[in-house]
This record gives sequence, C-alpha cells and structure tokens, in this order.
Amino acid sequence: MTINQISVFLENKYGTLNQVLGLLAGAEIGVIAATVADTQEFGIMRLIVSEPRRAYAVLKENNVSVHLNDVFAIALDRNCAGTFRDTTELLTKGGLNIEYMYSFACGGKLVLVLRTNNTEGTRDVVRRNGLNYLTENDLSKL
Amino acid sequence: MYWQKELETMQRPELEKLQAERLRETIKQASHSPYYKKLFAEKGISPDMIKSVDDVRKLPFTTKEDLRNNYPFGMVAVPLEKCVRLHSSSGTTGNPTVIVHSQKDLDQWANQVARCMYMVGLRDTDVFQNTSGYGMFTGGLGFQYGAERLGALTVPAAAGNSKRQIKFIKDFGTTCLHIIPSYASRLAEVMYEEGIDPAKDTKLHTICMGAEPHSEEQRRRIEKMLGVKAYNCFGMSEMNGPGVAFECPEQNGLHIWEDYVIAEIVNPETLEPVPDGEIGELVLTTINREAMPLIRYRTRDLTRFLPGECPCGRTHRRVARFQGRSDDMIILKGVNFFPIQIEKILMGHKELGGNYLITIETVDNNDEILIEVELSDLFTDDYAELQKLSRDVTRELKDELLFTPRLKLVAKGSLQVSEGKAVRVKDLRKLI
Repeated sequence: MTINQISVFLENKYGTLNQVLGLLAGAEIGVIAATVADTQEFGIMRLIVSEPRRAYAVLKENNVSVHLNDVFAIALDRNCAGTFRDTTELLTKGGLNIEYMYSFACGGKLVLVLRTNNTEGTRDVVRRNGLNYLTENDLSKL
Repeated sequence: MYWQKELETMQRPELEKLQAERLRETIKQASHSPYYKKLFAEKGISPDMIKSVDDVRKLPFTTKEDLRNNYPFGMVAVPLEKCVRLHSSSGTTGNPTVIVHSQKDLDQWANQVARCMYMVGLRDTDVFQNTSGYGMFTGGLGFQYGAERLGALTVPAAAGNSKRQIKFIKDFGTTCLHIIPSYASRLAEVMYEEGIDPAKDTKLHTICMGAEPHSEEQRRRIEKMLGVKAYNCFGMSEMNGPGVAFECPEQNGLHIWEDYVIAEIVNPETLEPVPDGEIGELVLTTINREAMPLIRYRTRDLTRFLPGECPCGRTHRRVARFQGRSDDMIILKGVNFFPIQIEKILMGHKELGGNYLITIETVDNNDEILIEVELSDLFTDDYAELQKLSRDVTRELKDELLFTPRLKLVAKGSLQVSEGKAVRVKDLRKLI
C-alpha cells in the first residue's frame, strides 16, 4: 500500500542539490516527484524515483546522507479541491496528523504523497474508505 | 608618570640583581610546598645555585598538568590559615587549576594592577567600570582591587546587560572600562543604536582590553568607535590574573613587570631560549608570591621580546602582542577552552558522525565560532528531529563554553578528511 521515498540531507551550500541529482542521472534513475524543505542551515530533499532501492544504494555509496522510508501515494481526481478536502478529512477523522505532503499531476489525476504520524492507522483509513492508492508497480508504469 | 618610579625605571643590572635575589627567596619559599619540596630534593635544587638571573634556566619547568596533578593544594607553600583567597579555572577538561593567595599576595597583585592603570594615565579621579565577570574569573576581582588601590571610583558592573552598562557609563560618568575586545565592539554598536555617540555623550577616555586575542586593526577600530585609547593587557590566573604585562602609552608592546616575574621565551619543542626578538613560548617564574610560587611556568602563549628601550622610560622588557598558543587552547570571548570539550559533546550524540570542524572568524567586529559537524549514518528524514538535535547540541555547547556557538549540521563526508592529524580548528582571526 505504501511506496518508497528517498530522503536526502542537503547542506545549505552551493551546488549540493545539483550534485545529488547528478548521481541519480548518472545511474539513469528517473525522478517522478521531488520536494525540498529547508531551514537556514540545511534542507531535506524528498524524492519519488523509478528505482528507489537502487537510488538509495547509489547515493549511499557516494557518501550522501540518505534515508529510505514508506509514504502513501493517493490518486485524486485532478483539479478538485473537494476530493482533496475529503481525503484530508478522512485522515483527520482517523485521528492522524500529516507530517508532510506534496503532490504531482499525472494522467488526469492529482497524486498526493504523504506521511503521517501513524502508518498503520493510515493503512486502515485508506483500506476502509477505498482510497485510490498507488503501488510501486503503478508508479513504474507512469 | 610612574606609580613606582624606582622599580619601574630601575637600571637593568640592578633589576636583574633584584630578580636573582627574589628568585633565591622564591626557591626557599617554594620548597615549603609538598610538590616543590620533593622535586627540589630529587633534582638537588637549592637557592644558592642562583648566582645570576640567568641561572633560572637550571630550574625545572612547571606545567598546567603539574597544577592539575597537585589539585587542589599540593603546591601551596604556606599553611592554609595564611591563605585568604583562591581562584580556579573552569576545569572542564579534568581537574581545574587552582591558585591560592595569601593577603600579602593579594596586596602585591593589587599594586601590580594599580601600576598598570597608572601607567596608562588613570588616576584617583577616574571612574572605572569593570565589565568582567566577577567570581573565579580573575579579570573581575583582579581589576577591582587594583582600581581601588589606585583610588579610582569603581563600578563593579560585571558582565553583560549592555543597556545597563551604558546607563552606568552615562550616569556615573565612567571614564575607563575594562572590557574584552569583542564586547567593546558590541557595546559601541548598542550605543549607536540608542543614538549615543560615545565620544560626545560619555566621559570615556580609556579602555583596558584583554583576555581575548585581537589585532592592531581591531584595536584601532574600537578606539575610533568608542572615542578612547585602548590598552592591551595580559594576564592569566596562574600568574595571579590581569597585570602580568600591560601596554604603556606608547602602545607598542606590553611591559612585563620583571620585579614580579622572571620572563623567558623558549622554543616550545626544544625548551631552549630563542634568540632575542624571535617568537617562542613565554615562560614565567613568580618571584613575588608567597602562597603559591610557580617556577618556570609554561604559559603556552606565543610571543617575542621587543628589542630596544621603550621611550616611556620603563626598563622592564616588552613583549609583542600575543600571537597564538603552543597548545590547542582557544581563547574566545574571554573564555578559554580546548577543542576536546566540543568534541566530547558532539560525540555524545549517535546521530552525529566523527568529523567536525571548528572555524573562528571575525564577523562585523565580533569573533564568532562556527562548529560544523557531519551527520552519522542515522539520518532519518525527520525534520523536527534534526532541528531538535541541533537545538540540544547547541544548548549543551553553550553550557560548556558559556557562550552560544553557531552549529551547522552537514552531510556525511562533506568535511575535508585530512591525512594524519585531523585539522579540527581553523582560526581565521587576524591577530597581527
């Protein structure tokens, strides 16, 4: 039900993002979605990629501070604030907090990538409400 | 002109004779302490082996390590009931170093500081405000008693609270500050922010500046900012504290009071004297202290003797502005610390890796410290956790160092890995 996300620690320094992407490009790994959150001192880049495990290995080998974790990718009807709201409402009613979220558009759908404070609880909500979640397999077909 | 004309302008042969005499007395006195008693017996040292002051070279060195090993009273040469005060270093890297004073020692010290202050033109008509921390830090009480001996009106304001400092300066008509250079710049800035022109709106004319290395350029800038003359002072708790060496109105080198100490400059590797004028480690022997005499104490401070006579007429030799340390001690914001203290804290967090770099530089007239540390393999993508880590480590560092350093978490492998001895400290301050 979840997909793998790559998180990379980025120093707030000239060229670091470029360097990380260069490593992925060199390994011919596709980037499906990316977001960067930053403070004054450092940033974290989160990536959905075509081959997360290989991407993780490549970055690790090159001494990048990288972490692999599970996130949910939920597809919604595109351009519809209502369905977006419906989804967050379901999570809220399930007593869940969203730690972070980003989105990308794909084939007429809006895909929400999100991580909550409780992965098991989120699985429950997704299952019980029949939310349209994407798997690694789905992503590889994009 | 002079606080003690006879002593300050004594001809060299006479002064050296006085030193030799006092050194003989010091050896006699030191042998009452358990440490020196044993050492002198082992090495066959007695006062009569001192024929001239140069014979000081026949004596063994004393190090900070010796002080620590004999903590707290192993080097005290008088009964403790004759002692009236002790000062101690922070001692975060092991036992602290403790210096114990008799009443006579304190009187001598006060005289030494008064002499320095008189030398730079301060009189009993001055209002002296001390921005040093009081307590164990010798810059507080040391200057306090010296200024009282001089007869100045003293304002023991102690450290921090710039607005209050400025109010005192204005209300009490403070004419002289004892202040560390980075705080002098800061205080001037606060005055400007409050619309106060120190040159016009205050009576400040002199500052005594020490406890932190600073460059000539920085001194001139501070003088200009505050509209004062700034004099470099040098001291260390092992040698009482402030007053060991001080600039005269020539502002060209610091006179070491040679009726108080015998000063040598040695090569820190070979421990042989360096040729006059060359840089080496300052080694000091107290010759005017009874409770805790120190023989050939290795200060670890690097400097050189300035050749030639000083136009001020004082015959006591001058040393140049201090140029660093022969160990890795860092002096910042009046606080002394070793990189190992920082390392211990960093290594206490499993989220942090083994590589770190301490950079010290002057930013906007302030000496700043930046600590970069690599993350370990345990990076977890949790933003809040990273920020908490950063906050926690910063707080621990502050508790240890007494000031807040800038901490920067960096990616694993991003700090230069050096061959051999790792470079952990980059000091970019311009001191010369």
